[in-house]
Amino acid sequence: MSSPVIALVGNPNAGKSSLFNQLTGLRQKTGNFPGVTVDKKSGTWAIDSRTVTTVVDLPGVYSIYPKSLDEQLVTDILANPAHPDYPDVAIVVVDASNLHRNLLLFTQVADLGVPVILALNMLDVARKQAKEVNAVRLAMRLGVPVVRINARTGEGLDQLKKAVLGQLHEPVRQGKLFFDPAEEATELIADTKAQYRLENNYLALQYIIQHDGFTFLDRQQQIGLDAIIDKYQFSEPTFQAGETITRYKRIATVVAETVTDQRPANQSTWTQKLDRILLHPIWGYAIFGFVLLLIFQAIFAWAQPFMDAIDAGVAWLNGQLKESLPAGPLTDLLTDGILAGVGGILVFIPQIAFLFLLVALLEESGYMSRVMVIMDRIMRKFGLNGRSVVPLISGVACAVPAIMATRSIGTRRDRLITILVTPLMSCSARLPIYTILIALVVPSRRVLGLFNLQGLALMGLYLLGLFSALLAAYALKLVLRSKERSFFIMELPTFKLPRWNHVGLTVWESVRSFVWEAGRVILAISIILWVLASYGPGDSMQQAENQTRRQNPTLATDALENLVASERLEASYAGHFGHFIEPVIRPLGYDWKIGIALISSFAAREVFVGTMATIYSIGTGDDEGVTIRERLLQERNPETGGPMYTPALAWSLLIFYVFAMMCMSTLAATQRETKSWKWPMVQLVYMMALAYVTAFATYQFMK
Amino acid sequence: MSKRSVADLKIGERATIQSFDNQLMSLKLLEMGCLPGAEICLSGKAPLGDPICLNVSGYCLAMRKSEAATIFVD
Repeated sequence: MSSPVIALVGNPNAGKSSLFNQLTGLRQKTGNFPGVTVDKKSGTWAIDSRTVTTVVDLPGVYSIYPKSLDEQLVTDILANPAHPDYPDVAIVVVDASNLHRNLLLFTQVADLGVPVILALNMLDVARKQAKEVNAVRLAMRLGVPVVRINARTGEGLDQLKKAVLGQLHEPVRQGKLFFDPAEEATELIADTKAQYRLENNYLALQYIIQHDGFTFLDRQQQIGLDAIIDKYQFSEPTFQAGETITRYKRIATVVAETVTDQRPANQSTWTQKLDRILLHPIWGYAIFGFVLLLIFQAIFAWAQPFMDAIDAGVAWLNGQLKESLPAGPLTDLLTDGILAGVGGILVFIPQIAFLFLLVALLEESGYMSRVMVIMDRIMRKFGLNGRSVVPLISGVACAVPAIMATRSIGTRRDRLITILVTPLMSCSARLPIYTILIALVVPSRRVLGLFNLQGLALMGLYLLGLFSALLAAYALKLVLRSKERSFFIMELPTFKLPRWNHVGLTVWESVRSFVWEAGRVILAISIILWVLASYGPGDSMQQAENQTRRQNPTLATDALENLVASERLEASYAGHFGHFIEPVIRPLGYDWKIGIALISSFAAREVFVGTMATIYSIGTGDDEGVTIRERLLQERNPETGGPMYTPALAWSLLIFYVFAMMCMSTLAATQRETKSWKWPMVQLVYMMALAYVTAFATYQFMK
Repeated sequence: MSKRSVADLKIGERATIQSFDNQLMSLKLLEMGCLPGAEICLSGKAPLGDPICLNVSGYCLAMRKSEAATIFVD
């Protein structure tokens, strides 16, 4: 027998995830729910020696009528006993300081017929507000087990264990539905129950109201339900509104009987005092600006030593391997192909970790929802939503987790626009390209005694990314029409101290998904690229080498080896590719070598710098002391004889990389999140067109 | 006199919810505790005056003015 499934259900900020971490400790994993891409957090919880359960942490919801994609999942599971994650017991975690609203969800889940346990959390917060909840009376009134817990400290877990064991062995369901739809729509419910072989009245109502969103119903069944709605002229929104009001009325009597509230009226909490500053017309934006500055500082300055260390470590390992392994194609593949590729991914971990550490801290403390509030008005002008702020900020590190962060946006159109423009934010993979090319053409000089010219150029590119994201959003807003009304209704949680284990897990998850998602693609491309650069059609590469050696008998060894390597590369498959696309990229100022780098970085931008290194040094083996920058400065333009990397070319490349959609992982993420190939294609085409046109204009203008 | 909505309240002003004029929006608002008869208090506004923050049954709810305008108060 498979282990019993325990689902954690609850309002956002009710303490569900804290409880999840308490129960599962380190025995948890993240995956996807079958058929959907919403993150699935699950773990094992050994209640006693014989009972090992699987705990599933469901997304936080206010009711079982979903408002966003994330929330859809909860009903999809709780309404479908055949679902692999359908719980044997649902623990509904409620915030005791806000029992009234939290009980709405509880009564709905209980009415669906799932065996439930009510976990009363945050009793300490309630006590501070001079509220006392009588758990025994609540249990009697609701007819289900009620357990007092403290999810942060782990108090009450023994009682929770007993309650879960009790529910597993002898399930107690509440006797009578809290809200029985058959009281008002008798025939409709009876008809639905008969046609779909359902036992539960409330589940039958969910079939009627939510059948379009239920993935477990086939087309035929959905049409059948539409027919029932027609037959009884049933108005879903009216009924649903009536249901909510009736539930709240009944809950009000329950709360009145079980909660003693001696809170003095008009008490100003310190959350309200803080909000007065954080939502202040001037201070609010000033503080947000400061926080953003802090984030950027963390990504660029604080992460640098760690990145250097990783870089040095990979280089050292590479050197060690080259020395100790016998020379040959296999060793080359391992060092120049695989290790170089893996190093290109690992080096971004510090930046991603720092960004998500700060974002997690802001979310945990409750500040992020204030940011969404102060930004909503501005974002709305561009067809976005206050909730788009988090994906856009996260996009500075990596678009893949950023796109996944759009799931909390309830309106489909707002979400789609956010997904489409997020990759325009300059992610950390663009940074090495920016730094190398800026170092090439922008002098390192102080201006106004304070700023470094190169730093300003870098900031300019980031701002260009941000503004183009906003403009693209505005353009998409005009193009994408929608009947759906955009909305922004959000609870502002009280300020809390962050839970450090929670923050740590979030950082770990984002780093893991980056390394895994982006890493696989980059590794594969590195290997392919190495093969393409190391082999050519027939013996063309050998011929090129022989010819070069014959024609340059007097050249010094080093210079000859470099020339040979370059000629060999031109004769390789990669060289052929580069020449093939040269006519297309010529107007932008690029030659076939840059063409190879462009093609290879199509998979992921970070490959660009590695490819340039490969192109300009492959085969020489001895390039110590010569950085890519110096190598690029030496490069001559065969036509003019002057330097190849002129400011016009460098800026054209820079601008190209600001806009170009060059990341397979991001396209894959867009495909997963929109469940269609149309949107990743739209994203690819509009961003590449933007990149080409602007790079063309830059080169022609500066030439 | 036209009906007053939550969007017309001043900061610190209290009112009691009467009805809604948008059915789909009302479903979302009802679930968040904005019930007919419930007392609400406009506790603050975002820097540009929109969205606004309301105190409803003991917690703080942020919503856009256009959404607040669908909630009529006495």
